[in-house]
Amino acid sequence: MNETTITAQPGTPFIEVVREFDAPRERVFRAWTDPDLVPQWLGPRGMTMKLFEYDASPGGCYRYVHADDRGEHGFHGVFHNVVPGELIVQTFEYEGAPNQVSLETMTFEDLSGDRTRVHGRTVYTTVEGRDAMVASGMEHGLRDSMDRLDEVLAR
Amino acid sequence: MAVDEVEERLDRAFTALGDPVRRALVARLSRGDATVNELAEPFAITKQAVSRHIHVLETAGLITRSRDAQRRPCHLDAAALEELTSWIDTYRLEVERNYRRLDAVLETMREQEK
Repeated sequence: MNETTITAQPGTPFIEVVREFDAPRERVFRAWTDPDLVPQWLGPRGMTMKLFEYDASPGGCYRYVHADDRGEHGFHGVFHNVVPGELIVQTFEYEGAPNQVSLETMTFEDLSGDRTRVHGRTVYTTVEGRDAMVASGMEHGLRDSMDRLDEVLAR
Repeated sequence: MAVDEVEERLDRAFTALGDPVRRALVARLSRGDATVNELAEPFAITKQAVSRHIHVLETAGLITRSRDAQRRPCHLDAAALEELTSWIDTYRLEVERNYRRLDAVLETMREQEK
């Protein structure tokens, strides 16, 4: 079982996410950086992801839009540094909250048995900015629950 | 709507915890109830300032104070703290969904590499 560990201490602008994958490091890194593969997994459930640009190399840019029938949410940023198989440092901005730019650092670590541990650290410019980002995750979670409830009620 | 209420309550709770003195007060109360005097002891600020911090925590629903007893000790509301934990849990669920899909993508890649 690959459990996701999330650390977000109250009153700090940091989020740390650690997750292990049943795949060698090179493959995990490719799934993380290949513009054909990224839309297959990134983003909230029930939303389509449109990738307009995804150049995972030092100085490269990315922009994508998550959309459903309720609206569109755009995200963009710059890859500050990319070391193949090892490291990604990128900026991240939700276009619904312009100029609230966070910095993400992802490291990819070899584990025994062809497994990989990905360690992500994100630092936001303010504590409020971080809390709002986490809260938007909650919103989606609640929305999913509401949708399922609608399905049950419609039977 | 219920979602907004939950968010407002969480906003208040997280704002309340966005202060080192208030976090220290919560940490102290997690070990047991205490009066304002007892809570104020380790701090180099006035008892009035500590009272104000306690009031913020009380408004945020994180602590309660008994109305009848003369000492009026402060009590940490464990359920309110659990709600903050579940806030993170829902975010965790969202992140986990992404990573489950990534697991599937990695499995497809493995098959294609054969």
